[in-house]
Order: sequence, then C-alpha cells, then structure tokens
Amino acid sequence: MAVPPTAASPVLATVPTCTAVSTHCPYCALQCSMTLTPAGGTAVVEAGEGGLCRKGWTSAALLDSPRRLTSPLVRDGRHGALREASWDEALDRAAAGFRAAQATGGPDGVGVFGGGGLTNEKAYLLGKLARVALRTSQIDYNGRFCMSSAAAGAMKAFGLDRGLPFPLADIAGAGAVLLVGSNLAETMPPVVQHLTRQKENGGALVVVDPRRTPTAAAATLHLQVQPGTDLALANGLLFLAIEQGLVDEQFVAARTTGWDDVRRAVASSWPAEVERATGVSEPDLREAVRLLASADRAMVLTARGAEQHAHGVDTVSAFVNLALALGLPGRPGSGWGCLTGQGNGQGGREHGQKADQLPGYRKLDDPAARAHVAAVWGVDPDSLPQPGRSAYELLDALGDGGGPTALLLMGSNPVVSAPRAGHVQKRLASLDCLVVADVVLSETAAMADVVLPVAQWAEEDGTTTDLQGRVLLRRRALSPPAGVRTDLDVLAGIAERMGCATGFPVEPEAAFDELRRASAGGAADYAGISYDRLLAGEALHWPCPAPGPDGAPHPGTPRLFLERFAHPDGRARFVAVRQPQQAEPVDEAFPLLLTTGRVAAQYQSGAQTRRIGALTETSPSAFVELHPFLATRLEVADGERVRVSTRRGEAFLRARVVDTIRPDTVFVPFHWAGRQRANLLTSDALDPTSRMPAFKVCAARIDRVAEAVR
Amino acid sequence: MTRRTVPRTDGHQLRRVVVVGNGMAGARAVEELCLRDPDVLVTVFGAEDRPAYNRVLLSDVLAGKRRHDEIALTAAPGRVVQRLGVAVVSVDRRTRTVTSSDGATTPYDALVLATGSTALVPPVQGIAGPDGRLLEGVHVFRTLDDCSAITAAAGSAKRAVVVGGGLLGLEAARGLLRHGLSVEVVHGAGHLMETQLDPTGGAVLRRAVEALGVGVHLGSFAAGVTGGRRVTGVRLADGRQVEADLVVLACGIRPQVHLARAAGLAVERAVLVDDLLRTDDPHVYAIGECAQHRGTVYGLVAPAWEQAAVLADLLTGRAAAYGGSKTITRLKAMDLELAAMGDTTPELADCRDDVEVLVFADPVRHVYKKVVVTAGVVTGAILLGDLSTAGPLTQAFDRATPLPAERLHLMFSGLGTATEVDPATLADDAVVCTCNQVSAGAVRSCSARTVAEVALATRATTGCGGCRSLVEGLLCPTPALERRTA
Repeated sequence: MAVPPTAASPVLATVPTCTAVSTHCPYCALQCSMTLTPAGGTAVVEAGEGGLCRKGWTSAALLDSPRRLTSPLVRDGRHGALREASWDEALDRAAAGFRAAQATGGPDGVGVFGGGGLTNEKAYLLGKLARVALRTSQIDYNGRFCMSSAAAGAMKAFGLDRGLPFPLADIAGAGAVLLVGSNLAETMPPVVQHLTRQKENGGALVVVDPRRTPTAAAATLHLQVQPGTDLALANGLLFLAIEQGLVDEQFVAARTTGWDDVRRAVASSWPAEVERATGVSEPDLREAVRLLASADRAMVLTARGAEQHAHGVDTVSAFVNLALALGLPGRPGSGWGCLTGQGNGQGGREHGQKADQLPGYRKLDDPAARAHVAAVWGVDPDSLPQPGRSAYELLDALGDGGGPTALLLMGSNPVVSAPRAGHVQKRLASLDCLVVADVVLSETAAMADVVLPVAQWAEEDGTTTDLQGRVLLRRRALSPPAGVRTDLDVLAGIAERMGCATGFPVEPEAAFDELRRASAGGAADYAGISYDRLLAGEALHWPCPAPGPDGAPHPGTPRLFLERFAHPDGRARFVAVRQPQQAEPVDEAFPLLLTTGRVAAQYQSGAQTRRIGALTETSPSAFVELHPFLATRLEVADGERVRVSTRRGEAFLRARVVDTIRPDTVFVPFHWAGRQRANLLTSDALDPTSRMPAFKVCAARIDRVAEAVR
Repeated sequence: MTRRTVPRTDGHQLRRVVVVGNGMAGARAVEELCLRDPDVLVTVFGAEDRPAYNRVLLSDVLAGKRRHDEIALTAAPGRVVQRLGVAVVSVDRRTRTVTSSDGATTPYDALVLATGSTALVPPVQGIAGPDGRLLEGVHVFRTLDDCSAITAAAGSAKRAVVVGGGLLGLEAARGLLRHGLSVEVVHGAGHLMETQLDPTGGAVLRRAVEALGVGVHLGSFAAGVTGGRRVTGVRLADGRQVEADLVVLACGIRPQVHLARAAGLAVERAVLVDDLLRTDDPHVYAIGECAQHRGTVYGLVAPAWEQAAVLADLLTGRAAAYGGSKTITRLKAMDLELAAMGDTTPELADCRDDVEVLVFADPVRHVYKKVVVTAGVVTGAILLGDLSTAGPLTQAFDRATPLPAERLHLMFSGLGTATEVDPATLADDAVVCTCNQVSAGAVRSCSARTVAEVALATRATTGCGGCRSLVEGLLCPTPALERRTA
C-alpha cells in the first residue's frame, strides 16, 4: 500500500460533512448521544435526550487543540529526542522494530497492548493483527484492569458476560437497587436520572462505598465498608436473608445449582463477624437486606470498587449469590449487573484483543472457535497462537522482564493507569522498540520510539457497545487534521509491512462486516447488526444473530436469561466463596488503607481530559482525601502537601480533609501523571482467575513534607 | 490479633495431619489446611456421628429460626478422611499414632487436638441419678442432640428454668420463650452476663430480658433439683422454690483434656500451647476451647478460627505465630441487641487522664452504652439496645485504631452528617451541579428566570438532573421561616 508521506489517507481525504451529525460521546460506557456540528477545526456539541456531563460537553475542545499530534514522531537512538517523520518512515521503523524483535525472540518477541476505548472495529482488527500478521500470543488490553473480574464472575454464574443483562432504563422500575463500589454520580453522571426516576417511583437505593460520595449521599442507606471487604459484606447479607427466610426457594430449585455449598459457606458470616471485617453495623446490614428482599423488583449492581481486588472475581460471585438467592437474575426488571467503565469496555472485551479470546466472545483454546475464526480470516487454525499473558503480566514481562522486546500500544496510557506504575515504566523503558498510536503525546507516547498520530472519535465512523450490550454507531462529523490517520489505517499499514497486504480493511463498515462474520455463532453474536440498521435508529443489543430461514431480521436481545441461563443445563451456578485475608494487611509501617478512583472532571489516565482547559480548571491536580480524625492525629492541615507512600513507591499530593471518608482509609484519584500518580502506590497483586490487579486497596502511610504547598 | 505470613525457610512440611475433633475449631483447621495445600493428608475424627455443623447457630435452631439441616458447615474436600462417630481413645507420642474407638491405629506427623469442651454440670443435689444420668427433664445445651432433646421436651413442657444467666443461658431462655413456655433464669452472680458486663449494664439487660417475659433470679445459686422420676422444680440456695418441668443447664463449659492428660501433655485448665500453638510435644498442637494460650482459655469461635488459620500456615510450611485474640461477645437473639468487648469493668469513678470511661444509660428504653478508652485506644465497650455504631466500634477495638477526638462518635451514629441543604444558605462557591461543576454563585448571577434558562447559560441540570430542585431554589429562594410555618 503506497501512502504519500504525511498526507491523510485516501479514505479520510473525502470531503467532510458540514451538517449536524448524530453520534455518541467519546468517554465512558454510557455512550451518551450527542450532536456534533462542525465549526472551523472543531465542532459544536449538543446533548441528546439523555444529557451530557461536563466531559461530554467539553469533548470537542481536543479536536483543534494545539496539543494534538499531527505528525508521526520517531526517536533516533535510545537517548535521542523525538522528531517529526513521514508516515512511511514511521511505519517502516515500527515494522523494522517488530521484525528485529521477532528475529531474536520468535513471534512472541512482539507484544500488543490495546484499550477499552477502541471501537469494535479497531479492537477486532488489533486482535487479528496480533494473531495473523504478527502471529504473537502476547496481546492483552487495559480492559483487564476494568472489567475482567466482573466478566469472569458473570461467566461462572451465568455462562455469559454482558455487563448489564437488561436495559439501563429498567433501573427506574426497581423497588430496590444495591450499588456496590460505584460512584456513578461523578463517574457517569447522566445515569443518575434513572436512579432519580427510581426514587420518584418509591424505590430504595443502598450504596456500598468506603466514602460518602455524592452517590452514597443520595442513597436511602449507605454502607461505609472497609475497602476490600465487600465479599464479607455480601456473605453477611446472604446470611441474614437466610436467617429471615427471604430466600426464593422456588427460583433456587428451578433455575440454579450449587445452593447447598453456598448456604453452608455463608453460615459462618453472622453479623458480628461481618461487622468486624467490614465495619458495617448489624442494624444497617439488616436494613439493606430488608430493602432488597421486600422489593418486587430489585437489582444488585457491582462496579470497580468491588471488582478491582486480588479477590475481585470471588467478590462478584458473592454478590451474584445474593442476587440468585433472592431470585433476581433472569426476571424482567430485576437482576445482577455490572457497570462497565470505559467507552467500549463491553465491545472491547468481546472481539479478540484479550489474551485468551477470539471475536464473538469465543475462547482461543476452543478448537471449534479457532476453526470458525480461522476460516473467516483465511488462515490455518493451527497457525493461530495460543493464549498469552494477561495485561499486567505482559507489561511486567516487557524488555528486561524476559518477554517481548517490542510493543505496539493503542488506546492506552499504562505509565499512568497500570498498577505499580513506576515498575511498569521501567519495563517500558527497557524495550528495544515501543510504538504508540495516540491522539496526544501521552506519558507513554512520550517514551516511544515511534509515535503515530491518530484520528479522534468525531473524525471517523465506528461502533461501540455500551454498558447494556447495545451496539451504537459513532459517526464521522469532520475530517482529521492533515497528517493524522485513523487507527484502522495504522493497523493496515503495519499489517502490510508485516506481509499481510490484504485482510485489514481501512473502511470501518467493511471491518464491521468482517467482525459480524467472525462473531457469528459466538456468544456475542453481531451477525444480524449492520450499519444500515444502526443508522435507521434500531436499538440492537447482542446477541443479534443473522436472519433465520424466514429472512426476518433478528430484533436483538435487550434482556438476557429470561428463559434460561447460558450454561449447557440452562441453570445459573452459585459459587461458594470466602473473604480472604487482606493481600497486604496494614502494619505499623503502613497503617492506612489506600483506595483509588476517579473524579467528575477527569477521565481515566487523563490523556484527553488533562488537556482540556475547562476540566483542568475544575480539577487541576491530584489530591489525597483523609478524614479529620486522621488529619488531626497526623497534624496535617487541609491543603497541605503530603507524601503518600506504600511498599512500591511514593506520591506527593495535596491533602483534602473531608469527613466523607472512613478514618482508616485514604483516597487518591488516579488521573494524574508524574509524582502525583496514584498508581505509583498501587499493588500488583492479581486475582487468580481474572488477573485483575488490586487497585482498590493496599497498605499506605502519610507523612508531612517540609516543602511548601504548590 | 496480629500475624504475618511468609514462607518458612526450612521448607519443611508435615504430610500426615490427624485432627481430633470435628467441631468449630477442628473443621475449620481442616478447611484452612486444604485451602493452603492440596497434597496434605488429613484425617479428622469426630465423636458426633454427623458432618461438622455450626454450633454458634444452635440458638437459632432452638428458637425455630433455622432447621437442623441448615447449620451444616462447608463440607470437607473428598480427599479428607473423615472418621465420624469415632472417638480417639489414646495417643502414643512415641510411635506418633492415635488409637480410635473402632480399634484402628492412625499415624501422624502432626496431631491437632481440637477436642473442644463439654457442658459443665453443677454439683446440685438431685440433678443426676446414681448412674450419673441427668434427671428426666434436665438438659445441657451444647450439641445438636442436646438441642433436639430440648426442643422435643419444650413441646410438652410449660415452665422452664434456665440455670445460668450468661450468654448461652440468655439465648436458651429467648429460644424457649418462642416455644410458648414460661421461662425463668436462675443466676448465681449479682448481675447477668457478669463476665462481659458491668453491674449497670447487667441491670439494664435484666430490664430488657424481663420485658420479654423472662423471670430473672439473681444472686441465687441452684441448690437442688426436685422431682422423682422427672424434674418438678429447682430449689434455690436462699430456700425459694421455682417450679419447672424443663431445666436447661447453661453453667459454662469444661475443656476436654483427658486425652491430652493421658498422653502426658502439660495441662492446666486446658492444654498448654505456645505462640506456635504447640503443646510441650512439638508434634502435637491444640486449638480452640481445649487450648490454653498465655493463660487464657477462649470460649468463643473467633479465636478458634484465628488459631486454625495460624495452625494451617504453620503446618503448610509458612511462618506464622499466634499472639492471642481480642474477644467480642454478641448476644444472638433478635430482640436483645447486645455487643460487648474487652474489659468493661472500669467505672466512672476510675476515670484518669489515660483511662476514659464514657457512659450513656436509658434503662427505661433498655439502652446502655459504655466505652472504655485506655491511652487513646478502645479497650472495652458495651452496646446494649442500639448497635448502630457496632461496626466502627468493633474495628476500633479489634485493631486499636486511633479514635475521634469527639468521643461521642463511638456511641452514636449519624452525628454531624449533612442534612437537607437549604439553597438560600448555600455559599456562592458551593457546587450545585456536580456533572457540570456549576456553583451556586454562577446560577445566581446568570440572570435566568427559569431552569431552562439556567441550563442554557450554565449547563446546570443538563447532566443527571439531580440538582434541579436546588437550582429552582436558587431562582426564587424560599425564606426558611415561611417554609417552617407552611
């Protein structure tokens, strides 16, 4: 493929639209609808029916930001500075780096790291690039840090993982919602309108969180749990449900297996034990159970607070057990679900950028799945690699870690977002060749040997799958700046240089049509979904198979499990679990519990939002939240700069003294870089099943520093 | 309890573990061992002829809240050899074998004594026949069989006397009440639950217990049990006679140590163990109610479980040590809410600079709260009638965490948390719309007359919409006075 240097690709050179375009927000998994009207190099944003938060409103500011990358960059020699280069030079350099790494390290000498923000088309072709063009097993993505525990828990219980197995709007009709480890009022604000309706309908909301967040403050009942003990809490709630005869025995008998083991396992979770572990008092435990069990329709929703632990999968299982015992899953208006975080956190985990996965939520170690996908790809099934390392293990293996010596990174910024980030940064620095495709010069891109400037959401078509499993079409509203290409273009360019001149479409719709065929017959079946149907405004939730013999299009599946669960016997499975010892107990040297999370005006590693003035005005820097009791003891004043340290590193942060946090816990948001990085502190203890790092709790200390407040 | 787990350097592991006792401690030790090491060979002997069950929930069974079959503990993995209904009759420490009641000999590398305890039968005249069997209608309350026997007897009985006003006695009394019996508690000490409560707490508890309909006799030892073939009453030491056709003995427990004693192990009140839970024979360990550690014999389940976890670490080649447990007692009867922990004996008069005693008493409403703080750390507490701070208080006691300067927070929840916001009093820099970070001042100064105009000018209310009523309030502030009279 001959591409003129520094020119936009032929696909993008077509004339941009000048009229308003209906599309969706670039940020979280809500994927709020918005209208973009091109204006100069950027666009005017209007909210759709569901509203927008501040991040959505200001999202267009990055389109014509001077901090955008508009030319490929390469580094000459390990210690040289990045300089501008032509696309051909940059892609040639990348391909040469990959070939060199594979010459010494074999196919697995190259790693690929993707992201949950990539569209379905990109995630699909990134996986294909790894397996077909690079033939490496070493691919995973940052969704491992978000959704993997919920996904594994759902697979165990239901045989299928779709974040919400019901439409979001069902929330409004729920008599009670138990929300575990989500601060959605700040992290995905527009979703609150569903809870507001639910409240107006007389519904109750129980929030489990170590902090009295805006979400918790609006709740009927707030359970201020110690970080990392949600599992004990769930077992304790189930104990009380059993004690009070609230178990739906009929449902349990008709639609589940494994109840006996779980009932026995939770028999040791009486309130006094649970109080001791969680710090939640018995009257509150009883009230939570009463609210949940007395509602006609009820939901248990988990999020990262429950899932990002070295026992995240078991914690999810514990809450699913509670939901199953109360007879919630598979009933209209009720159920268990997880709130997916990243923009395409759902679709991104279905189509093959995960280490063990092929498109359509197929398993890479399943011979039938390999045969199906290999046929679509026109390759020998035996040529497909086997499952490789999980995200953190892959990052930890890079360079002098003994794994890949070259890495292609797309849609992620692990220098800020990976656990034990200081260590990950060292591993990245030890690579022979790091290739990063990004919109701006992120902290990780700044370390790269080759930086490829790519288009933003408003500049290309593509689909995402939102937190309720609904596939949405993002539309192109304007052309990318000169010198910028799409991710699909980048993938095609690399594939061609690695010897695959075909098979990597640069047109999103063509990529989607191939994805449909690859996913056909899989758990996440997209075969019946087309750009045309989406353009016509159809609300299509997967699975949506191809039309049957009668030719009628499949309507999609808004509600899963109404008839049967996805295990072969059609039943949901209880999984007996026990609260483990803390992976890193507090001690005299590190006496505090550190938990991490988000703020309203920033998104993920902040690569986008820290470059938008309106957002940095509100949230200019990181901070550490601590309770006045603790602040008094440490003699730390509000606003004072302090050092927060753990066994892995230290960060320098402004103290924010608030009475909304537990006195034994401190909180640091993770969106900032440099010495403000929360992830310099976090633990790389991994869940044995999901390989999710323990972002949500580790042992820490706070010290005053002599330096003045910045 | 503090413990650290690190790999033991010598790498030595004991392959054959024999556990004597399949109760709360023994079954937990087996579970913990199997979690840590799939290859360890475990044999467990249980004198009761049934799988392990949760003794703590027997009160629930007596109260009719759970069925017999609902208190089973997690089943041991298939590879564990379970010898149920088989008692160990002797230990040969020289050959490292145990001999069981079925005549079999089982070798061990490590022997774990988890023999628990038996119910104490007080030396009361007439309580037992010449054969040592309890008089008909008199029961101890220790095992599932005891529980079944009491439940059966309660069906035809009318008047029950519970001897013992401790934790178990009160739970038994509450359970019997649910069977429709008239119930009286006879207690030797001057107040109920004297091990856990101070006299005032005991007095308030007495009011709560009496309000449920239970008669309470304090400072009265049972001197005799009357009745020929079956019980007709209890005679108190002060001469009073209490009629009863059912008597439940809840007078405490006695560690089962005869096996250890016969094997020549050091025994005081229970089998002596060190911080590695070893007896004076390094191949023999003891945990639970039959073990005495640093002078303490624990009668609660939490310490037994903590010991089981440490023991499993040690037996699977990890370094660990047991430093003692902090005990928290909980009365499990739904309408009697009581948590007690640590030493609650210091009185207000004992207050010094480093010993603080906080007390709140509302006897008429059956509420009593007491917290003892020593050198800035909770060392004892009672919460009776209101458990709303039990969670934080338990953790503060358990972990010796730093306390709020405002001690009131230890006893009462909901102090100082935000109430409904009055828009009129909001500071200009207070954020009204969190989605769009719009301040009260921005709404006030945007000269809009409707919410829609505010939305247009500031984007407030265009996210989740949760601030709508606040924004309305900022448009036309309602005077607080007016609202109060409305």
